[in-house]
Amino acid sequence: MFDLDKWQEIFAALKKNKMRTFLTAFGVFWGIFMLIIMLGSGRGLQNAVYEGMKDFATNSVFLWTQPTTEPYAGFPRGRRFYFRNDDIEALRNHIPEVDVIAPRLQARGGSSAADNVVRGIKTGSFTINGDYPEWNLIDPVKMLSGRFLNHLDLNHKRKVAVIGDMVKEILFEKDEEALGEYIRINGVYFQVVGVFSPLNSNIGFGGDKAQSIYIPFTTLQQTYNYGDMVGWFAMTAKEDIPASVIDEKAKELLKRRHKIHPADSQAVTGVNLDEEFKKISGLFLGIDVLIWIVGIGTLLAGVIGISNIMLIVVKERTKEIGIQRALGATPRKIIGQIITESVFLTTLAGYFGLSIAVFLLEMINKALVASGGENQAFRNPGVDFNIAVTALIILIVAGAVAGLIPANRAVKIKPIDALRDE
Amino acid sequence: MITIQNIHKSYNMGTNSLHVLKGIDLEIEKGELVSIMGSSGSGKSTLLNILGILDNYDKGEYRLDGKLIAGLSETKAALMRNEYIGFVFQSFNLISFKNALENVALPLYYKNISRKKRNKIAMEYLDKVGLLDWAEHMPNELSGGQKQRVAIARSLIANPKVILADEPTGALDTATSYEVMDILKTINHEGITVIIVTHETDISRMTRRVIKLKDGAIEADYIPETIRDYAKVV
Repeated sequence: MFDLDKWQEIFAALKKNKMRTFLTAFGVFWGIFMLIIMLGSGRGLQNAVYEGMKDFATNSVFLWTQPTTEPYAGFPRGRRFYFRNDDIEALRNHIPEVDVIAPRLQARGGSSAADNVVRGIKTGSFTINGDYPEWNLIDPVKMLSGRFLNHLDLNHKRKVAVIGDMVKEILFEKDEEALGEYIRINGVYFQVVGVFSPLNSNIGFGGDKAQSIYIPFTTLQQTYNYGDMVGWFAMTAKEDIPASVIDEKAKELLKRRHKIHPADSQAVTGVNLDEEFKKISGLFLGIDVLIWIVGIGTLLAGVIGISNIMLIVVKERTKEIGIQRALGATPRKIIGQIITESVFLTTLAGYFGLSIAVFLLEMINKALVASGGENQAFRNPGVDFNIAVTALIILIVAGAVAGLIPANRAVKIKPIDALRDE
Repeated sequence: MITIQNIHKSYNMGTNSLHVLKGIDLEIEKGELVSIMGSSGSGKSTLLNILGILDNYDKGEYRLDGKLIAGLSETKAALMRNEYIGFVFQSFNLISFKNALENVALPLYYKNISRKKRNKIAMEYLDKVGLLDWAEHMPNELSGGQKQRVAIARSLIANPKVILADEPTGALDTATSYEVMDILKTINHEGITVIIVTHETDISRMTRRVIKLKDGAIEADYIPETIRDYAKVV
């Protein structure tokens, strides 16, 4: 029930010293404001990073070769070696935990080298990947037109190419159809069968994906004289199996097959994306924890400020409280009064902090969306409803706790002492 | 109405204690108009505080309307005060942010009586002390006499059995003092016990019984001369 006398007293107490009330409330306002802004920014950072890795198979492992570092089985150290086609079958047959295998080979040339792709008078320097269709299961792309590579392409070693949207932009006119057209890659003609745009930009292998061309793995091997060489392997683990399992098993198998010292940690090397992901998640968890610690700390400082000022208010109103007690106000009534005052001040200040912070985040978000651009370091900053509600509940509880000590102090004053207080 | 037997009270002032009340026996009947006199330090305020359940006592027995007042919790004491006792203070002690009407209604607020109802009752009591037109005024817009009349209305509103007035005229000039005393006498005529603490002889002469305290004990308990003269005339 709305109790006019109670609120009259609260407003009278707060109005008595407006500047003090404002400064006190500002502490809480600032605390909750900072907490929400930091949480929102953390979320924005996180969204941007995860957006850049979206749709990538996270339980994947990538393996490649480096010169050996240990002599073994009559071979000296520093031997160069390459994975071979028969490693594909061996991996498939011996490691049941592997779900998808996508061997890959990259042709020489690329973004930094001289132009390697020609169409008419237009030329460009692009990354050329020899791929299996399975590659699309590990690092999916969005097909804008046409299709991705298939097994028939590989079996017949077709000279077909799937090109990135940037490649199309450079080699073709704006509204020209790319499908069915021919482009010359390192002197050999390939027919374009698909155009794609990358789904994620933060994970890349040798250059921007939008500026790369996928051709069948077998075609690349044969056309550019790579024999049965495999550049590197990308594999995913089956569901519920950690990527580290296939990582270890594949390394061991490949070392055995290529006569590498079992203790040679550098000859077969790679990246376990699962672990990288965990590191990133851990990083964000750390950031989140830090934000909460700093945020709650700031808030706590504000709440202590309220508690402090309430103590002063109680002291100032000692006589008034004494009168009220003489007139029959029970201790409960006095406690209720002071705690309501504290909760009111905290919640009001907190609510303003919360609203302004959320509003600011919305504005930032709007500005980001308006400025466009896919590759942002900051994306969709904001706090979800649950966190806002949690913050409000924290505020109300904090306000009550802040009022508790002053209220106790007020009740401890004997009515007689309070009346004597001049 | 009030029975106290051998009441002792001392205050601890650091290491030594101050023995303020040294065994007071007192009986006040219902409907009496009593003044308690004494120089400062005689213990009259302490006695009033004990009578008003604002302070406790060390030894003895205090019965208010037959109920033993001892070892009450703060809540119980507050309820007893609200029920039995109306206070009038020297410095009026009105709540500054409440207008006259709200100040009068305050004891009913603590009784959880609805605002509408208590304001209606408060109006009646303001009328009684002749301040109906001043109901909406804030305390700082009232004169001393008016403030004290508001305070008296406030002390009456909860239908107390006893009014305790601590130097009710101490901050007022003579004319206003007599006005206030007239109101207190009127209240007394309606059957409410009124106890006034004062050090002014002319005020005590207006009461029907004077209790003189000295050094924490009753020095004299008599009917003032004016009343005796008055009785003679009648």
